[in-house]
Amino acid sequence: MDVLKIADRTFKSRLIMGSSRYPDPQTLLDSLEAGGTELITVAIRRVNLEDPEEESPLNLIDRKKYQILPNTAGCYTAKEAVLTAHLAREALGTHWIKLEVIGDEETLFPDVPELLKAAEELIHQGFVVLPYSNDDPITCRKLADMGCAAVMPLGAPIGSGMGIRNPYNLMIIRDLIDVPLIVDAGVGTASDAAVAMELGADGVLLNTAVAQAKHPVEMARAMRLAIEAGRLAFRAGRIPRRLYATASSPLEGLIGTDPND
Amino acid sequence: MKLIVNGKEVETARDLSLEELLKQYLESGKLDGIAVAVNGEVVPKGSWSERTLQVDDRLEIIRAVQGG
Repeated sequence: MDVLKIADRTFKSRLIMGSSRYPDPQTLLDSLEAGGTELITVAIRRVNLEDPEEESPLNLIDRKKYQILPNTAGCYTAKEAVLTAHLAREALGTHWIKLEVIGDEETLFPDVPELLKAAEELIHQGFVVLPYSNDDPITCRKLADMGCAAVMPLGAPIGSGMGIRNPYNLMIIRDLIDVPLIVDAGVGTASDAAVAMELGADGVLLNTAVAQAKHPVEMARAMRLAIEAGRLAFRAGRIPRRLYATASSPLEGLIGTDPND
Repeated sequence: MKLIVNGKEVETARDLSLEELLKQYLESGKLDGIAVAVNGEVVPKGSWSERTLQVDDRLEIIRAVQGG
């Protein structure tokens, strides 16, 4: 079976889903189900000590069914990200981490030097590191070479829904790295996810595209199908692109032709 | 003594253990899924009762929330 292998785990689903920005907890649960995901990201934040009773929808997530992947969203330095990863490991009992080290509030693009520094430190400390990266092949290769369990280049800025902005870079990244390549961020609709898979990605991580769709549960289902279709198309080996036509019907036996013309 | 807990100054008794402080905010049953860092270092749950807080200690008490 065509499974996704990351570190020592195997997943049947190539869709990783975020848990935020859903209109309500039930829609979150139904969307996760419809998407068929097995790996869900969460963030790490201060407990609201004034109202510690506030219910988190995460309490509703069945950890026997879904693996939880904490992220370091909101971190701007390696130091913050490393501490957040340690806190996440302690709180959730997992040494897997989606590493985000952000450089800019508007674009949410990664701060590459800080990302590389944090990744190296966390790998050394025994974490399974899945770094959210830009789509620069050199950065992605460095992350892969240093021992990240996957590399997760963005398709477009987080939450932007712009799709795959630089398919050519993704193709180059696919050529350069052997570790799993997960397109993370910027997916807007099903075709974006399919394109990512057709380019050779091993998986797609998305959140806003489903959570903020008019009908999240249906969009989750669409994403599931798109990722399956894109993966099949990739494995099927597409025809090349040509500038000119090649007729798909035979040229022999055309009516009204005379061989003496 | 003065502590900084989740970014806010608080006044507590002296010689308080981390576990005692947490129980002031959270019921014993609700301590699962929580992690704490004191002055930038994680204090594992097993050490909460032994860790005595000092004046000006900065605490981060966190849990998982929805995220992308």
